[in-house]
Amino acid sequence: MLTVLLILIPLVAGLVTFGLKGSGPKALGLVASLASLAVTVAALFQFRTAPDALQLTANWIPQLGAQFSVGLDGMGLMLCLLTAISFLLIFIVIYNREYERPNSFYGLMLLSQAGLVGVFTAYDALLFYVFWELALIPVYFLCSLWGGEKRIPVTFKFFVYTFAGSLLMLVGLIYIYLQTPEHSFSYASFVSGAVAPQDQSWLFWLFFVAFAIKMPIFPFHTWQPDTYEQSPTPVTMVLSGIMVKMGLFGVVRWLLPVLPKGAYMWSDVAIVLSIIGIIYASCIAIVQSDIKRLIAYSSIAHIGLMSAAIFTNNEQSLQGLMVQMFNHGINIIGLWIIVEIIQNRLKIKNLNEMGGIAQYAPGIAIFLVTISLANIALPLTNGFIGEFLMLSGLFQYNVWFMAVAGLGIILGAVYTLNMVQKVIFGQSNQLTETTTDLKGNELLVLIIIVGIILVLGFYPKPMLELVSSTTELVNKVY
Amino acid sequence: MNALISTALSGVVMMFAGLFIGNKQRIKFVAIVVLLISFAANLAELSTIGAGERTLYGMITISHFSILFNAIALGSTLIYFLLSGSAFEKVGEHVSDYFALIFFILSGITLVSTFSSLLILFLAIEIMSIPQYILAGADKKTPKSTEASLKYFLMGSFSTGILLMGIALIYGATGTFNVAELGLGAGKVNTLALCGIILMAFALSFKVSAAPFHFWTPDVYDGSPTVFTSFMATVVKAGGFIAFIRVFHGAFVGERLTADWQLLLAIITAATLIIGNFTAVFQQSVKRMLAYSSIAQAGFMLLAVISMNTFATQGIILYAAAYSVATIGIFAVMIKLKDYTFDGFNGLARTQPVLAITTTIFVCSLAGIPLTAGFFAKYFVLAAAVQQGNLLWLVIIAVICAAISAYYYFRVIIAMYFKQGEAETAEISGSFKLMLIITAAIVILLGIFPGLLLQFI
Repeated sequence: MLTVLLILIPLVAGLVTFGLKGSGPKALGLVASLASLAVTVAALFQFRTAPDALQLTANWIPQLGAQFSVGLDGMGLMLCLLTAISFLLIFIVIYNREYERPNSFYGLMLLSQAGLVGVFTAYDALLFYVFWELALIPVYFLCSLWGGEKRIPVTFKFFVYTFAGSLLMLVGLIYIYLQTPEHSFSYASFVSGAVAPQDQSWLFWLFFVAFAIKMPIFPFHTWQPDTYEQSPTPVTMVLSGIMVKMGLFGVVRWLLPVLPKGAYMWSDVAIVLSIIGIIYASCIAIVQSDIKRLIAYSSIAHIGLMSAAIFTNNEQSLQGLMVQMFNHGINIIGLWIIVEIIQNRLKIKNLNEMGGIAQYAPGIAIFLVTISLANIALPLTNGFIGEFLMLSGLFQYNVWFMAVAGLGIILGAVYTLNMVQKVIFGQSNQLTETTTDLKGNELLVLIIIVGIILVLGFYPKPMLELVSSTTELVNKVY
Repeated sequence: MNALISTALSGVVMMFAGLFIGNKQRIKFVAIVVLLISFAANLAELSTIGAGERTLYGMITISHFSILFNAIALGSTLIYFLLSGSAFEKVGEHVSDYFALIFFILSGITLVSTFSSLLILFLAIEIMSIPQYILAGADKKTPKSTEASLKYFLMGSFSTGILLMGIALIYGATGTFNVAELGLGAGKVNTLALCGIILMAFALSFKVSAAPFHFWTPDVYDGSPTVFTSFMATVVKAGGFIAFIRVFHGAFVGERLTADWQLLLAIITAATLIIGNFTAVFQQSVKRMLAYSSIAQAGFMLLAVISMNTFATQGIILYAAAYSVATIGIFAVMIKLKDYTFDGFNGLARTQPVLAITTTIFVCSLAGIPLTAGFFAKYFVLAAAVQQGNLLWLVIIAVICAAISAYYYFRVIIAMYFKQGEAETAEISGSFKLMLIITAAIVILLGIFPGLLLQFI
């Protein structure tokens, strides 16, 4: 029941928001995201006592054997928690920003939240596909309506890319569906191992391409930097903090257990592509002068390590992946919030025009440094534990892969610290002298983020325990 | 049978209605009433056939499938009358005659869904086609309309000739017109019959505008009065597909035989998908884009014709409904616009938000986005082709084409929502908006619960 509520709250609130005027949309957005967080926390407690109560199955299309089946496991809960926290933080930060047609803006934001939660909770393949597509549509409109100058062609590319990927996945879903003995879309029959090994080898690519486009993995990433740059920053937060996790989630939930032999056959190729992505994106990030593009490329590099970790076939890297999915979401949203604040004050994105902000806005500087250090996985920040586990898993799989992927950490430090230096230190100029420091709601959000960074950096055990059920399960199937 | 009689009678009624009723609004009202009667009469037949089917003199077979399809055709026409019926009077003086012609087309469609003899199939196709030639040329003042009519007539009668030739060859090979008694599947493939089948495949491909027999489509659809293009591209095309699927799945089944025509149709399908989708990308006029999109959508429906399984039958029904309703909706909105190019839609979201949001839903349905009827329509035809087994290459072409189709469909959305401009529209009445909303609601309802329609098969 709580699971359905998690989808329904943003869905209903989103639809209602379209009809509101004035500051109604803002208020409803805030209330709905608070309610979502409350329900997620309630679900967390229920997960400890009675996890089965979070599952719900109802008839949907009997002719097809498709059911409305939703549920939460450790990974789903973790991602729902990330979604709930992220949307709340985003809504708080943008509370005193003005957008044209706020009712549509907040309505679409809430609808995208509903789609995302749907993806993370679906236990029926067709339902998963429907939510997978639905999460895309509101984001497409958000980027195209409120984005930068080149928004229309850029988001169009993004849309056609992901749509093509999902359609390939649809073919794969149909094929597996026809192989299941009772012609059913349910998760149980998908993982029952009905697919012949020779089929798994090509089916793997139908799924992998769809997920790889979403993550994105080299060479399917070309839509991503443009889209991140052109989207309005709150939407970029959703895209980079949560939507990329759809791809990783898809691999863990719908690829590894459904096509274990296919994944085993192609794991080397997938890991090599991911590692190329790490190095390639890091190198490009180093030479970026646009702060949004820099963070976009840094995101590709981080995601590359995560996707490499998925295919290493050991429990340690999967645990690292789970923890890092959550922490990467928090950290990258933190970075985007800083970018949003700087953009709000100075209206610039070019790093070379910034500088010296630390003198005039020490608050921004402190938080930017902390979050950046978490982003490059300094020990005692939340980023460390995940990357450490993933690299250690990669080491067990192949030393050389780990060595090259490890370079990504060093390069990550180069571009991140370079960015920090250019933004807050150095010579100030006329424009940056006008920077005003953090306001109440911005301070609140950044304190929450840094709080999460430090707490999970010191004490990651609750997070590891939460996802342990999923990592154990996946490992068994593999 | 009821549907055939009632639609034919309705046509006669409408012809005479023009004599006695001067008010054009009232003529539309009469047309809607007699259409509703036909709809009810068609459904009433369900009780007479029970669980099975009924054959009349070896010529017509009435089954659940045919009644369901008739209901879809009549229901789509009802939506079409309600949305675009008022636009008839802009075409010319003879409003009641136009309604009469549409009812005659409908009676042809009810024959197409029930024929059990190849002769009746031929008659049905002719009854469907001839009124269309007249409707295409209804706007007598514009040369483009006359040109469209002439082109359609010449090409159409040529293809009908080929159809007849095919039927004659099959008769020569088997000695019967009766679909159930042809017995082509048993034993060796009869060369004479195979030639006949190929000729019939060509002729029917022409009727549903499959490549390479599609060249008439853009010119005819573009030249005809828009309100009639809307009908020709939807209900009539769906009728063509029912003819296709019934004759090929019903009569030409056999281990070797099926494989022979399947390959031919698979090539036609691939060509239709590729040509339709790629050409639609380059269109500047929404009306021409919809003409090419109708070719592209025909490619998807052909997937169902090639695949011999229950998904295919369910798919063609769902596709016919989803495609017809969405396209009728878009055409209804387009008729209200002054400018049929993509630029003509610029800024429609600001001037007419209801029109914009409903058009968005229709366009998403055509593109196959989930939660719209078009998604499950595409789902079923793709599933049918995947289940067929040896057609995976065609399925991959189809999904790539589906992704391309998102490109040109979403151009409409981009124009309406993201471009600056003042889309000029004719006056929009409240009832028109209400009807659009109902139509969009049907699209979404079928997109969430396709079982509502499928349970009747």
